[in-house]
Amino acid sequence: MNAIAPVVLIRQHLIDPEVCIRCNTCEETCPIDAITHDSRNYVVDADICNGCGNCVSPCPTGAIDHWHTLPRAAAYPLAEQFGWDELPPQREIAEPVLEQMEAANEAASDAPDEAVQENAAISVSSSIPPWSAAHPYAHLYTVKNPVVATVAGNYRLTAPDAASDVHHIVLDFGTQMFPILEGQSIGIIPPGLDEHGKPHYMRMYSVASPRGGEREGYNNLALTVKRVAEDHAGRPVRGVASNYLCDLQKGAQVQVAGPFGVNYLMPNHAGSNILMICTGTGSAPMRAMTEHRRRLLASGKPIEGKLMLFFGARNPAELPYFGPLLKLPADFIDMHLAFSRLPDQPKAYVQDKIRAAGPAVAQLLSGDTYLYICGLKGMETGVLAALAEVCAAAGVDWPALQARMVGEGRFHVETY
Amino acid sequence: MSSINYNDKIPNNVNLSEDKTLQRALEHWQPNYLQWWNDMGPNGSNQMDVYLRTAVSTTPEGWAHFGHVKMPDYRWGIFLAQAENERKINFGEEKGRAAWQDVPGEHRANLRRIIVTQGDTEPASVEQQRHLGLTAPSQYDMRNLFQINVEEGRHLWAMVYLLHKYFGRDGREEAEALLQRNSGDQDNPRILEAFNEETPDWLAFYMFTYFTDRDGKFQLNALAESGFDPLSRTCRFMLTEEAHHMFVGESGVSRVIARTVEMMRQHGVEDPAQVRALGVIDLQTLQRYLNFHFSVTVDLFGADQSSNAATFYSSGLKGRYEETKRDDDHLLKGQHYRILEVADGKLQEREVPMLNSLNEVLRDDFIRDSIAGIGRWNRVIEKAGLSFRLSAPNKAFNRHIGSFAGHRISPEGRVLSEAEWAANERNWLPSEEDRAWVASLMGRVIEPGKMANWIAPPPMGINKQPIDFEYVRFN
Repeated sequence: MNAIAPVVLIRQHLIDPEVCIRCNTCEETCPIDAITHDSRNYVVDADICNGCGNCVSPCPTGAIDHWHTLPRAAAYPLAEQFGWDELPPQREIAEPVLEQMEAANEAASDAPDEAVQENAAISVSSSIPPWSAAHPYAHLYTVKNPVVATVAGNYRLTAPDAASDVHHIVLDFGTQMFPILEGQSIGIIPPGLDEHGKPHYMRMYSVASPRGGEREGYNNLALTVKRVAEDHAGRPVRGVASNYLCDLQKGAQVQVAGPFGVNYLMPNHAGSNILMICTGTGSAPMRAMTEHRRRLLASGKPIEGKLMLFFGARNPAELPYFGPLLKLPADFIDMHLAFSRLPDQPKAYVQDKIRAAGPAVAQLLSGDTYLYICGLKGMETGVLAALAEVCAAAGVDWPALQARMVGEGRFHVETY
Repeated sequence: MSSINYNDKIPNNVNLSEDKTLQRALEHWQPNYLQWWNDMGPNGSNQMDVYLRTAVSTTPEGWAHFGHVKMPDYRWGIFLAQAENERKINFGEEKGRAAWQDVPGEHRANLRRIIVTQGDTEPASVEQQRHLGLTAPSQYDMRNLFQINVEEGRHLWAMVYLLHKYFGRDGREEAEALLQRNSGDQDNPRILEAFNEETPDWLAFYMFTYFTDRDGKFQLNALAESGFDPLSRTCRFMLTEEAHHMFVGESGVSRVIARTVEMMRQHGVEDPAQVRALGVIDLQTLQRYLNFHFSVTVDLFGADQSSNAATFYSSGLKGRYEETKRDDDHLLKGQHYRILEVADGKLQEREVPMLNSLNEVLRDDFIRDSIAGIGRWNRVIEKAGLSFRLSAPNKAFNRHIGSFAGHRISPEGRVLSEAEWAANERNWLPSEEDRAWVASLMGRVIEPGKMANWIAPPPMGINKQPIDFEYVRFN
């Protein structure tokens, strides 16, 4: 583990006390009880909020829609927020912090990835889905009103001697309604109580299977879960939900909420290209989208559009779905794998592979293309810099293109 | 599952199409409702395209769809918040039993009365506000007014659904009567007094939506705790819409204050007459409006000692605000509450059984919530460097319901003689002259983004639209 503690930037969700009318709608709406109040203010607990945005549209005032980017360690605690009469100004992020972050990015691929608990994306992401996305169902089940799924399978994806323990877990919903689209997440509610005697928080996981089910025609879905054994600083920590999931036996019952997410969805129209950039278990939504397109192809209803994938891991043994991936034909998907811990080889990250494939990436971005990024938050800065670089080299105005893609529901970032 | 079938005549998430009797009852009621909307709804607005929010499902993404619609074409639907698994009755004698999915025979009359009283307020406020569109201070405000009006209309639908679905013929008759009573009608008035008062101008409208819609919030919260699950789920969804109404009130008054103090500072004046000469509303008049709307709304909670309130609670029909968040036995037997009353010529507290005081408990919760907002208005004045402060009058001031009715009490809580009251009434409540002055400022401003002189622009538009967005197309 790198000695430098990684600086984790979060987008802290804040409520503007000058505009808020204390109507309680946000607190009522929040599916994971991240919002609370005293006699003065309504506030969001940065330790709980996962940025799902459910509270944003019901807010009558717009007071709810404030996001400050700052290091997690400097997040405003509840006690401070309770005392506010107005929002503090957005802090500048100091140069040393940014430098420290870059150092931390280097270490990031060593960091554990507990459940996708929060979208920590620091760059803008489309707030609308692709125009041709299928209609998503969301919030059919909640923490208070969950659905019970049965474990239909649970096996280890990574090699037995690999350092990371990533599981492929299949949940079956029987005859209960649970429609899901590629890119959506579900919430897992671990049983039991935490050390404070409170129920555990729900943990969010991106679904790794396509809409038709992990096994086609079955009412089931798959998750890609990495067992968390240490925290971001390398201290031993037992991830509650990931260990619970990885240890589940076939036939066990799991409480599930969701589906969640209505924007991070794939396009369905002919000619739409998909550019996917991921690391580790961030591959889950990419596997789902790829498999959906593969099934369309197999059934003779292919959508004429290109798929391009950049996928990073430490080594092939730790790359989830490595075997099946290699079986996909090159004319179906243009695949670029980046390994950062191969013996006798320089470290390669996804951004390096993007640079290497520069002209092809720029050409794809200039077309009818939908971009998806998912993985550890450390990857984001490097990936965006690489995209800007390859576009500049090809004479593409990246800032303008990125803004257009964001506005058109073609630019989706989810990091954790 | 809560998606809405748009093809139904009445959008809903209550499986209406499978209940033919109910569907026919509602389809019969709907033409009468539309007739009422045409006769008593917003004056002269039927051809306008208004940028409105429409609920299409009860999920966070689904209930806030925005677009321009003509109000008679608004899709008034019936929505219940999602059911909670195995919900229980959380208070009263039957605490711990499963919540009722149907009306228990012994509580039928009381439940019907609760629903009719709540339902009656919804169309009443539309009637009270029907002329305000003609004097809207901006397109933004006009749109907010109409949003409130269509949602109050939907709240009426929600209550009528309960009456039709669970109360048979009695329910159908009550539903008809909801359209026949009219606000301020001499012969057939609305049930509650505050809903027969006029809402003559926009300051009154903002005060009404701040105070009286907040009464709605507390009543709906108390009903959302009900052991009758369909009522609870209906009210929980209504609360999401009610929030916008309170926002219009709180931000409306705040914008009036912001404009007034801006002009006071700019011209260095504080005297009310000089302030009025600048074409803005003086803070003293604001205080009098506040006193009026506060006291009229406080009356809505009913008598301070009420055996009905005790019965509603003990039988699990109507809880307290945030019932399930309170740490007590939820039975309240043998517990006490301090109420205020006139004794020996002054206001004194007396300890009485809590169960009979539940109206007072809810009233006090409302007052705490209201006062917090007045504090936020004061910060606008404070920021401008002025020493004037708005305040809530004593809860005994200007009361017509409960033990204070018939007493004269000053805003500070002093018991007065009739002569003292008469000498000061115009300092405490809006006089005819005050109302005439405010009315003289009212005039419709229709250019997008422009505000009447007496009100500041809002900090942001609706649904992230700019302030100069065309919220209303007049056609």
